[in-house]
Amino acid sequence: MTAAVLTRGDLALPPAPSGILSRLRWATRDSLVVAGRSIRQIRNVPERLSDVTVQPIMFVLLFAEVFGTAIVVPGGGSYHEYLLPGIIAQSTVFGCFGAAIGMATDRHEGFVDRLRSLPIARGSVLTGRMTAEVALASFGLLVNIVVGLIVGWRIHRGPWHTILAFAILLAFVIAMTWIGTLIGLLVRSQEAVPGILFPILFPITFLANTFVPIGGLPDWLKVIAEWNPVSAVVAATRGQFGNPNPGIGSWPLQHALALSFGWAALITVVCATLSLLRWRNISIG
Amino acid sequence: MGVTDAVVAEDLNKSFGQTHALRGVSLRVPAGTVCGLLGPNGAGKTTAVRIVTTLLRADSGSARVNGYDVVREAPLVRRSLGLAGQAATVDGLLSGRVNLVMIGKLYHLSTKVAKARADELLERFSLTDAADRIAKTYSGGMRRRLDLAASLVAAPPVLVLDEPTTGLDPHARAETWDVIDDLVRGGTTLLLTTQYLEEADQLADQIVVVDHGTVVADGTPAQLKDEVGGRRLEVSVTKPDDLEPVRAVLARHGEVNVDTDAMRLSIDAREGARLVGTVAAALEAESLEVDDIGLHRPSLDEVFLRLTGSPTITTDERESA
Repeated sequence: MTAAVLTRGDLALPPAPSGILSRLRWATRDSLVVAGRSIRQIRNVPERLSDVTVQPIMFVLLFAEVFGTAIVVPGGGSYHEYLLPGIIAQSTVFGCFGAAIGMATDRHEGFVDRLRSLPIARGSVLTGRMTAEVALASFGLLVNIVVGLIVGWRIHRGPWHTILAFAILLAFVIAMTWIGTLIGLLVRSQEAVPGILFPILFPITFLANTFVPIGGLPDWLKVIAEWNPVSAVVAATRGQFGNPNPGIGSWPLQHALALSFGWAALITVVCATLSLLRWRNISIG
Repeated sequence: MGVTDAVVAEDLNKSFGQTHALRGVSLRVPAGTVCGLLGPNGAGKTTAVRIVTTLLRADSGSARVNGYDVVREAPLVRRSLGLAGQAATVDGLLSGRVNLVMIGKLYHLSTKVAKARADELLERFSLTDAADRIAKTYSGGMRRRLDLAASLVAAPPVLVLDEPTTGLDPHARAETWDVIDDLVRGGTTLLLTTQYLEEADQLADQIVVVDHGTVVADGTPAQLKDEVGGRRLEVSVTKPDDLEPVRAVLARHGEVNVDTDAMRLSIDAREGARLVGTVAAALEAESLEVDDIGLHRPSLDEVFLRLTGSPTITTDERESA
């Protein structure tokens, strides 16, 4: 195989962008190249997809078949129908592991420095990684939906409600990916990620209406569970999908739809700001 | 400063908390030459490299690459240089080819040119057969060659290599040296950090020795060797009885250093080869038989030891200090 002979002229770099529009075009292209790289990684190493594919399947089967035999949903309805929005929210939350580990690995193995040594738009490493992680989490969402449909979960309301439910989930995916990105930028090594995230994420997903109704909790725990962002997302999606949605008498759960967008926006703004600050500080040392 | 200096660093200072990584490091690499930044682990080499390549900001001092300031004109600096080594690696989960094409695209080369350039570099670094395997499966030497190839995608005028051969076996190291030699012959300016004196001696036109964040010596390999002791004329004798008469002959040309155990005598020999003839003739005239006579230049290892007080990893000369 003989490559075409390139001259210095072929390798002359195009002039750097000057106007806002061309800068934006460069930044977009840089981000897409960085995002494409994460997607290609998965093609080479498909095991990396397991946390958004195998895990949700496992959880659906385990919870539906094990808990499902013992749990009676207050107010009636099937536990499968009740459970699925919870499982979807849970895998959305755990999606931030991938973002955190990916960012930490890239930083500590020198790949981030490789990118930073190139004349690319500042921040495109972050936006590119975000794009890929969000695409990945959305794929995981689809896997959940398909597995859910197979085990008997159904959507009972119209297409607009379904779209709204997906909008909530997407907003939450973005928020969680920013949390993961921030953690990835802060940790000393990728090995530290589980130790930091597990103790946070585990209670957040379980101290909520995710798997069991919260009506029977002691009052103080119940308040925490009601205000938990995961509860808002789960209650809101249950509502939009038309699945059993017991125990939504309290104010936060009555306003679950607005709150889930609100939480997602708040988490995104805070974590994105801190990530950008941290990103800038990395070069100041 | 002229454009003839491809890399200039002036009085760089950098601290991380209580640790002073750099304390006033300055260096200057004329275009088309090789500068070896030599020092033990933790001397501040990588910090200096990270500042020069815009990855890290100095607390004070300034640096320019290809005439561009590394802080104010960072994007132009990044367009002028290629970086490889410990600080910047390729993606282990992508194939060699995909890595190189991706980097080409990030330089905003067209996809066609980026692909052609990737092919060209893969061939040049003998990686064509492994081009479509993921980089994690490469041997150490192949991985380093891919790193080098990655730094060359845009044919940058300035190349910065951070410990390009650390951890490689001697064969892979020699291969890497050959590649670097080729590049330098092509006119690339090279700033290279290393812990290996042999590497600096082999590749560099100019060596900057750093230790504890400061420059302790600076010059060509030959200058460094001369500066620390210079060349000496050494004479070895076979019989202890000959030591005294030979010493008397040598004493006419300078202060004699006598090593009785090794039966070796030496004098300063800055004037070089001519002294060998003169001394040989004088010894001949006195009918003194010697085992060996010759000029000895201290090895860079000795130089390094003298400068930093710590031996390098390749040598163990603590006793001879």
